[in-house]
Amino acid sequence: MSTYPENFRYTKEHEWVRVDGDTGTVGITWHAQNELGDIVYVDLPKVGAHVAERGSLGSVESVKAVSDIYSPVSGEIVEINDELTTAPEKLNHDPHGEAWLVKIKLAAPDEIKSLLSAADYQSYIGAE
Amino acid sequence: MSTAAGLKATPLNAVHRRLGARMVDFGGWDMPVQYSSIVEEHNAVRRAAGVFDVSHMGEIEICGPEAFDLVQYVSSNNAAKLQKGQAQYSGLLYEHGGFVDDILVHKVDDDHYFLCVNASNQEKDFDYISTVNLKKATVEFASDRYAQIAVQGPKALATVQKLTSTELAPIRYYWFADGEVNGIPARIARTGYTGEDGVEIYVAPEAAERVWDAIFDAGQEFGIKPCGLGARNTLRLEAKMALYGHEITASITPWEADLAWIVKMDKGSDFLGSAALLKQQQSGVHRKLSGFEMTGRGIGRDGYEVRVDGQPAGWVTSGGPSPTLNKNIGLCYLPTEFAATGRKIEVMVRNQPVEAITVPTPFYKRPKQ
Repeated sequence: MSTYPENFRYTKEHEWVRVDGDTGTVGITWHAQNELGDIVYVDLPKVGAHVAERGSLGSVESVKAVSDIYSPVSGEIVEINDELTTAPEKLNHDPHGEAWLVKIKLAAPDEIKSLLSAADYQSYIGAE
Repeated sequence: MSTAAGLKATPLNAVHRRLGARMVDFGGWDMPVQYSSIVEEHNAVRRAAGVFDVSHMGEIEICGPEAFDLVQYVSSNNAAKLQKGQAQYSGLLYEHGGFVDDILVHKVDDDHYFLCVNASNQEKDFDYISTVNLKKATVEFASDRYAQIAVQGPKALATVQKLTSTELAPIRYYWFADGEVNGIPARIARTGYTGEDGVEIYVAPEAAERVWDAIFDAGQEFGIKPCGLGARNTLRLEAKMALYGHEITASITPWEADLAWIVKMDKGSDFLGSAALLKQQQSGVHRKLSGFEMTGRGIGRDGYEVRVDGQPAGWVTSGGPSPTLNKNIGLCYLPTEFAATGRKIEVMVRNQPVEAITVPTPFYKRPKQ
């Protein structure tokens, strides 16, 4: 089990975003990696690409399954976590920390208001 | 037995839930896909031992003076080659040569054959065999009388040997013995679906949990692990063992599936599908099962399109990461002219062509002892 940081916002598709200034760091939740199992492959967009709210951020694959990643926020990709290309298994160990996926320069910071709080997300996955 | 969701359950269902397994609907059965991690479970089987509940598999008993003739007619392999206590892999085919199922035929006695068949095909197989049973052999749907536990891996025999007085080492690959395990009557077959040494143990359903527990006590010193369907699939793919619905279907013949070795055209009698197979043998096979490795970045998975020189040419039947080889591997159907090894192909991964190359199979062969 893991804790879900209070300063993150969450989607029902199991992504999280942490906002620092005008930048959002995006990842997948502990629950998501746990459902997927051994993660073996991560496909991320290119720096400079523009992504829409709910737009594709690439995919994460485990031994068993492929999971598409959707962006919780719109904006421009300013950084990707390249390390995951060679060490995708980090997503199983530290999905809320070291294994973030991308950083996005927020186009519409208000978008995060519609996302779930840590408490709401946990009750959502508890009921799922 | 069945679950609240209306799924069929094996006698070990409660055990899986107690172990915290992730359960999935597998062809109408509530089955464990993994307990801890597919990779860990996979590695346990390659390096030590793993235990699988395969009680969902079906059993059909064919008995009586007409048993041999019926088995010879429904099975593409040659049951005349079987001695008592021997098993063989075979095909149950339609008249048109496609697969009804792949089956394991065990010869218990001259007038008694024991068939192990796929879970999701068992009713279909039984109905099909019954329909062609014109000479009235006794055909019994026996799945309810058997639980099946597979113990696989280099330490599988050492584990099970602690629990039985039956000498396991002399049982050769694809032979079996009727004895006991932990005092419970059992059929112990040196068969499996992982590419490792090991046994598949058939016991009465009410005894399954006691046998399961005893196996874990016996295998503890080797680091034995419970293994789910996820690891079962990665293991069998590395060993290039066919999975019904993937490599073999109603529209695929054994020639196409690289399973000519289970078809004995010269066994001296017609069998279901033999006329169609003869015709295809003469006219030639247009597609063949090939192994591939991804050379580009991406994972080819079941159902993905395969292209040759940019043109659609076939499809992936099974594909994914190989934990043992640390590569992304798969099986696919290709036009015969492209099926030789060393051919560059492209697998369409989310609408993007990713490079791959055809390679010899099996991908993994266990080291000789």
